Amino acid sequence: MGIVKADNISYQYIRRDEDDNIEDINVALDGVSLDVKQGQFICVLGHNGSGKSTFAKHINALLTPSDGTLFVDGIDISKEESVMDVRQRAGMVFQNPDNQIIASIVEEDVGFGPENMGVPTDEIWQRVIRSLKAVGMWEYRDHSPNKLSGGQKQRVAIAGVMAMEPKCIVADEPTAMLDPIGRGEVIDALHQLNREKGVTIILITHYMEEVVDADKVFVMHKGKVALEGTPKEVFSRVDELRALQLDVPQITLLAHKLKEAGLDIPDGVLSREELTNVLNSR
Amino acid sequence: MFRELTIGQYYPIDSVIHRLDPRVKLMGAMVFIVTVFLADNIFSIVVVTGFLITAILLCKVPLSFMVKGLRPIVMLLIVAGIFNLFLTPGNVLFEIWIFHITDVGIKNCIFMIIRMVYLIVGTSIMTLTTTPNQLTDGLEKSLGFLNKIRIPVHEIAMMMSIALRFTPILVEETDKIMKAQMARGMDFESGNLFKRAKNMVPILVPLFVSAFRRANDLALAMEARCYNGGDGRTKMKPLKYKPDDRTGYLVEALFLLLTIVANVIYNHYLGGLFSNMINQ
Amino acid sequence: MSLILDKVSYIYSPGNAYETVAIDNVSLRIRDNEFIGIIGHTGSGKSTLIQHMNGLLAPTSGDIYFNGKDISEKGFNKQELRSKVGMVFQYPEHQLFEATVFEDIAFGPSNLGLSKEEIDDRVYEALKLVEFPEDLISASPFDLSGGQKRRAAIAGVLAMKPEILILDEPTAGLDPKGRDDILDMINNMHKSTGNTVVLVSHSMEDIARLVDRIIVMNKGKVAYDDTPKEVYKNYKELEQMGLRAPQITYLMHDLKNLGYDVSTDATTVDEASAEILRLFG
Repeated sequence: MGIVKADNISYQYIRRDEDDNIEDINVALDGVSLDVKQGQFICVLGHNGSGKSTFAKHINALLTPSDGTLFVDGIDISKEESVMDVRQRAGMVFQNPDNQIIASIVEEDVGFGPENMGVPTDEIWQRVIRSLKAVGMWEYRDHSPNKLSGGQKQRVAIAGVMAMEPKCIVADEPTAMLDPIGRGEVIDALHQLNREKGVTIILITHYMEEVVDADKVFVMHKGKVALEGTPKEVFSRVDELRALQLDVPQITLLAHKLKEAGLDIPDGVLSREELTNVLNSR
Repeated sequence: MFRELTIGQYYPIDSVIHRLDPRVKLMGAMVFIVTVFLADNIFSIVVVTGFLITAILLCKVPLSFMVKGLRPIVMLLIVAGIFNLFLTPGNVLFEIWIFHITDVGIKNCIFMIIRMVYLIVGTSIMTLTTTPNQLTDGLEKSLGFLNKIRIPVHEIAMMMSIALRFTPILVEETDKIMKAQMARGMDFESGNLFKRAKNMVPILVPLFVSAFRRANDLALAMEARCYNGGDGRTKMKPLKYKPDDRTGYLVEALFLLLTIVANVIYNHYLGGLFSNMINQ
Repeated sequence: MSLILDKVSYIYSPGNAYETVAIDNVSLRIRDNEFIGIIGHTGSGKSTLIQHMNGLLAPTSGDIYFNGKDISEKGFNKQELRSKVGMVFQYPEHQLFEATVFEDIAFGPSNLGLSKEEIDDRVYEALKLVEFPEDLISASPFDLSGGQKRRAAIAGVLAMKPEILILDEPTAGLDPKGRDDILDMINNMHKSTGNTVVLVSHSMEDIARLVDRIIVMNKGKVAYDDTPKEVYKNYKELEQMGLRAPQITYLMHDLKNLGYDVSTDATTVDEASAEILRLFG
């Protein structure tokens, strides 16, 4: 079994009126099954309301499925007593950099998770040092988060999760509120953790450029997995992606257009090096 | 316009005072407040001033930075000073129109201003040298006994530290919202009191909405990081007294004693002398 | 209608340790019917710059003229300036506060002291410009979806009938569809009203597609002020400023460096595909 295994899970947001009658049911997840292997870098795409955030919250046991089962590292997340175990194994980074930093000093924030877990003091420090170094924020350890850039704040948030030594990190649109430089910093940090520490990364995003280097991509639509495969496989289906209201990287789109115009170009061209090589070898 | 607020800020450098246990600093602040009110004569003021100057020098925070924190209360100081100066009965020294300036008035005015300034600078040394988390840790630990009478000390401390963390963010947000509403033609400068009060609505509503959204996000983020109340938590920076802290308590006790002694000396031996001199 | 910034500088916290020069000797002229993009990385001074354009910040030195009048002069009506130069801040939905969408949009025009009929007209006109669904006019703004909230907030500024509309990253935080919708809406509005639009953005791709003039801010100064094609010719210098020309620009330069006789002017997918087809097709 993989690190995250969803077995036909569904989730409904149910809104009730004053008399406790059901007023509205919103199906956020509708029979999602997927399997993520330990050490993979996974991207989940989808527009707002596609269910990707709801799915992310399940992996951290912030929500539990209405139907089906979700296993994180072999633990059924629906079991009340395993909630803390799940949260230690699958950490979560959120969208808004300001609203997830609890302490007023960088190092104290990184220590917050281990403190909650009851880790002994000496080990908290070792973990904080290791995590801050891993995301390149060590020299900011005694700074106030308010003085950091968006990208730096998100790296602190990632370090805060790393200090809990999870096997898996779920990042729910961590770059949506950042500028291009900050986006690059955060994505690089996640890739580095994946490469060097073998942490499984599940990155939820709608920036297509961030998807290019992933091992596997899931595209969600209306609570279902609409497409899945390697970035190359997924991005060769330009027309389907556009029908799902998603962007395609500019280079991929250009290659697609050229192919439609009759040039002999393969599907799913992802980088400009690839496209220049294809054109140059003609 | 709110960017220059320095009260309650932490100033990240390394100094003897920064390294002291927050409980020592909390006690120090309390002792200092008590002595500032005890000091009612030139002798004890000198003692208090000496203590304050030593603390300022030891904490290495630039004086200009602390003085900036006084700016918002300058008006208050002036008003309170004027009241004390003109409205205190005593021996009239000279008169301007209907106002009498008395010896006691001058004395009260000077002491009042000294006290206010000392209180703010003195307590800000504590906040400038102690991170909000240390401060709340200190409070949590020194007030831990209240847990026994079912006061949720940990939760209150956590609330305080979150409030401190989000204050600058909300201040900046207020600034942004004000500007956005000004861009929609809102006028803050004119109008009577009623209109001005009504003008707060377009600022307060978005501010509350934003605060609730942030609270919601933060609660989720804390839960995701295994936060489950104070039980079973360990500390990254547990409070343990070091030799320096013992010295700190000793200095504080000595300082309190010195202030009292200064008062006694003044009142018993010299007080009469000085007032005799004035009366002559 | 014109807005002129003449040697404008702005210094935060002058005279103490926190002194920072946010914009430094900036001179600009904003004309009728222009679609301008302002780019620059965070801290380049672009936010400070646009806040001078409607008098929310007053320059430390230099002058700003609106229709030939110095806006810092005594007696200049700042409120009128702010109605003529509309400003949509980042995440504008955070300024919504009224009970209904309609009332919220009416807030701006009613501050201008207009008649009730005029206010109503303006609200409906603004809602139409932002393509807001009519059946949601009486809804609470807090019940709307993210994209709808943003439209309602932009309408709140449009109802002031600005002749120059400044938008600070109007697509921040939206998904690709929301992003495209808002940009198309702004483009349509620019075409139908002929108003000048100043768009602050991080996305070179979006800017390349829409604007006819780019102002690049770097360290508080105007680094470039020209058409997109001319600006992107400096793609290496842009990188030094922490910016990145569109991917297309890089591709065209790669091809040129390989010895192909290709024009490197293309900044959009369509232009690039036409140019490549000319060569390889």
